[in-house]
Amino acid sequence: MSVLVYTENWDGKFKKLSYELVSYGTSVAAMLGTEVIALTIGKATDDELARLGNYGAGRIICLTGDQLSVPDSRVHAKVIADLALKEGCNVVIFSNNIAGKALAPRVSVRLKAGIGSGVSRLPLSLDPFTVYKRAYSGNAFAHVVIKSEIRILTLAQNSFDAVEKPTGALPETVTIDIDGSMIKTSVTETQKQGGKILLTDADIVVSGGRGMKSPDNWAPLVELASILNGATACSRPVSDEGWRPHEEHTGQTGKIIAPNLYIAVGISGATQHLAGVSSSKYIVAINTDKDAPIFEAAQYGIVGDAMKVLPKLVEAVKNLKK
Amino acid sequence: MKILVCISNVPDTTTKIKFQEGNTSIDTTGIQWVINPWDELSLTRALELKDDASTGIKSVTVAHVGPAASEPVIRKSLAIGADDAVRVNLAAQDAYSVAAQLAEVVRKEGFDIILCGIESSDFNGSAVGGMLAEFLDIPSVSSVSGLKFENGAPVLTREIDGGRESVVVPVPFVAVVQKGISKEPRIASMRGIMTARTKPVRICEPVASDSLTEISGFEKPVPRASCKYVDADDPARLIELLQNEAKVI
Repeated sequence: MSVLVYTENWDGKFKKLSYELVSYGTSVAAMLGTEVIALTIGKATDDELARLGNYGAGRIICLTGDQLSVPDSRVHAKVIADLALKEGCNVVIFSNNIAGKALAPRVSVRLKAGIGSGVSRLPLSLDPFTVYKRAYSGNAFAHVVIKSEIRILTLAQNSFDAVEKPTGALPETVTIDIDGSMIKTSVTETQKQGGKILLTDADIVVSGGRGMKSPDNWAPLVELASILNGATACSRPVSDEGWRPHEEHTGQTGKIIAPNLYIAVGISGATQHLAGVSSSKYIVAINTDKDAPIFEAAQYGIVGDAMKVLPKLVEAVKNLKK
Repeated sequence: MKILVCISNVPDTTTKIKFQEGNTSIDTTGIQWVINPWDELSLTRALELKDDASTGIKSVTVAHVGPAASEPVIRKSLAIGADDAVRVNLAAQDAYSVAAQLAEVVRKEGFDIILCGIESSDFNGSAVGGMLAEFLDIPSVSSVSGLKFENGAPVLTREIDGGRESVVVPVPFVAVVQKGISKEPRIASMRGIMTARTKPVRICEPVASDSLTEISGFEKPVPRASCKYVDADDPARLIELLQNEAKVI
């Protein structure tokens, strides 16, 4: 009996969400009176792997092998499920991110393990095993009972703080040999944006809506995001109009984010938009329309013209940093 | 080549959700049911590809697991342009059982490309597509934001952290689809609505399947503290509050 936490590594590095996942796993393991095994796939240095031990991982396993470098979810799900069985894990935890969404459902079928997806709290009870998750796109939360012996949880991003709890665990690197014919995926081209803070990783997000009036008005918004070390986002009409790239679209059908601070500029706050941002810790609304629904979701608001307010905010943050 | 689009019916995305029976089930009074937004985009893309003769796509079928009451979304899919439909006559229990039923549909009828939305807007599970692929032991590609044909073979665009990649997999495969796959959902034409009435809907009885999860209750989000307004002439005050009160910058 143990808790398995899967975290991907990004070119051999972990990030905040990896430590949040391990911390979450550590807390679940404490409830169950068992230990946490942190798992990653692909090459990472021992020093980097050992960092997972700072957050309570009792064991750290890194699976490597030439065939595992291809991101084939069928193959990766198999090696994760095999390890979970070998180590007798009864809870397997993923992030509810791109990788977690690709892998968790496949592992679920392999282990006949029910999934609680997008959980944002520790389990509400162990018997029956009940988790708390987002439902109706943020308009509700559901209590989900997982009836199977093995349970899979995917953790909503930014919903659980990383807590230091060093174990001094030494990484174990295991080379896995896979039948090459199992790999069916081939990646023919990769495009990556360099250097920018990813929207889903950002602690602070500054987002613009149609109230920004023109794609030419974005400079002060981008500047505010930049001096706050945040990311930029936008509402659906803005990405549909092509004013901003569609990767920036936050909302029900776009990205679901949960930063510490979400600054909504010229966004009225339709249900579909709020569905993507309602888990933010703080929401600030800046809008000319005092009756805009965004003010009902916000803790702080300014009724005013974004083009006048944004430069002053930039100024104020600069003064703060002096 | 045959495409299957799996569809879920969900409350219209502007619905004010209410619960009943001690918060254990949704109050369906007055709810308008629609095709899950990501499924609708998948269907649109499937039809666009079929319209292009060079792809060699012969048919677009929709599959739905649900009782007779969910027929309207099936008819709507047919009106938008799907050729035919399969409904597994079972009230959906959880992702695992739905995926098991869909797997049976694929085994019986055979499809080359299977499209599933990345989540449904009601339970936000993001699970059925990947589970379906694993039940069938075929490849799946998740977070797919593009699907096109090059030299007669499908090429997928998959979102990755901070970018995207082009992926090639042999058919049959499951593509788990997100925003970007098509620009806007296709709308049914009057002619489409008329012809939908006579398009075939095959009704299958469910095979034995397990459900591994169940919902024991719902709660509404805790309302946030009311908004604190800052004068538009003094935005510096906002920065002060964010630093000293909220402590987020």
